[in-house]
Amino acid sequence: MNLRKYLKVYKKFLHTSLASELEYKTNILVDLITAILSLIGSIFLLSIFFQNNGYIGGWKFEQALIIQGIYTILNGITNTWFNPNLTEIVKHIREGTLDFVLLKPIDSQFFISLKKINPSGFLEIMLGFFLLSFCIRINQINLSLSFLTLSFITISCSICILYSLWFFISTTTIWFVKTWNAIEVLRSFLYIGRFPLNSFSFSLRVFFSIIIPIAFITTIPSEVFLGLSQLWKILLEVIVATVFLMTSRKFWLFALKSYSSASS
Amino acid sequence: MISKLINRKIFTLLKVQYSNMLEYRVEIALWAISGIIPFFMLNIWTNNNLNESINISDVMLSRYFLCAFFVRQFSVVWVVFSFEEDSLMGKVSPYLIQPINPFFRYFAQHLAEQITRFPFALIIIFFFFIFNPESIWIPNSGILLLSIISTFLSFLIQFLIQSIVACLCFWTEKASSIERLLFIPTLFLSGLLAPVVSFPTYVKSWIYLTPFPYLIDFPANLLSGNETNISGGLSMQILWIFLLFPLFKKIWAEGTKKYTAMGT
Repeated sequence: MNLRKYLKVYKKFLHTSLASELEYKTNILVDLITAILSLIGSIFLLSIFFQNNGYIGGWKFEQALIIQGIYTILNGITNTWFNPNLTEIVKHIREGTLDFVLLKPIDSQFFISLKKINPSGFLEIMLGFFLLSFCIRINQINLSLSFLTLSFITISCSICILYSLWFFISTTTIWFVKTWNAIEVLRSFLYIGRFPLNSFSFSLRVFFSIIIPIAFITTIPSEVFLGLSQLWKILLEVIVATVFLMTSRKFWLFALKSYSSASS
Repeated sequence: MISKLINRKIFTLLKVQYSNMLEYRVEIALWAISGIIPFFMLNIWTNNNLNESINISDVMLSRYFLCAFFVRQFSVVWVVFSFEEDSLMGKVSPYLIQPINPFFRYFAQHLAEQITRFPFALIIIFFFFIFNPESIWIPNSGILLLSIISTFLSFLIQFLIQSIVACLCFWTEKASSIERLLFIPTLFLSGLLAPVVSFPTYVKSWIYLTPFPYLIDFPANLLSGNETNISGGLSMQILWIFLLFPLFKKIWAEGTKKYTAMGT
């Protein structure tokens, strides 16, 4: 694989989609306000949970805020890359323009998962980092090298898992064409990533760690932040992320075999 | 004579839209599933005994969230997204020539979707009762009728608000981002994630003046048999409809004057 070529192509992707998105400047502003309000809303909801209780599932309010920060970053990444590209995939398949993508001398998964970008998601990512640095202060976390590496590893794994989940659903578009509602289901499930896993009942906890590994996405990185995480959990997350990434790749290649274009 | 004509038009529209919606049964089923967030919230509330502090028993709280789910199912509105797509594709032009306001078409679409959704919502409720048999109850017919009316009024309020936002398409073309912005207070303040009773006093002091608690909290409390002011709630719902309807008519009249056809 020619890394330099892919980097060069990605630069072009960035350039073209930023240029087209920046045409709607007020839209970006509205999206920013939406992201801020949504963060305020979730902190408000958390404060309702904590108004008469010191702990939820063993987490203090200040600690639960870390989860919110990580969730906001991941949600920003979803809005920047996964969501706009999924829209494109659906369009490609419905209109049959996936043919053109497949004919290009470039990896099709790379092309369809990174083609588009939505700049308003950046602001949400920044908002998340802002909240996280605030949490680091109020929780008095020491910024050591091992902490930084571990949190980098776990958050990257979360991004990989999240990407694979989105890409799985995008891939099913090849058979079902309309996948908007499946995405809505995923989104509503992801919503529980805003809360510590331990605050749910045992059966839901099992469901969200084995069947849809949402638990891994926010809870494990937050535990790393608090220095509570055991090594086996981090290793498990790395394994889950690798398996998910590889399966999503296999699944895409498998799905392409049943792709039968659309008449124009 | 005139009312008969209108009746026939609406009836025909409904019939067309219903057969249209029946084609998308799977999508609607998935959409029904995506509304289960209230059940996750219920799980957090009861699993951490948060309800003790607001004096609602486990059973009453589970009924509340079940009703919140149910009310939400029948008051989901997406007219902005339909209208935005139609207006970008230039489909609005032929609708404008027809001797009926195009919003009747969307209205019929929503009603037809609700009829299609009904059996799926019942299935989800059935499963809920299997897992929580102690929360089974049968509301008396008077309450049932009143809650159906107030759910419909809640749907009307949301439909009017979204129609007003949709009319902004005449000016900005991307009205859906404004709708996403408005959705955030709806999500957090309507009582979908936490009953309004549990809100801190500094919010409760003004929230009943906004339309939000009448969207889900009021109908859900009514249906589940929790304490609520029936006549006050219904009259506030009607008041909001009377406030929003003239606004919609005005913005519609202004917008159609601004309208420039798009598409081919």
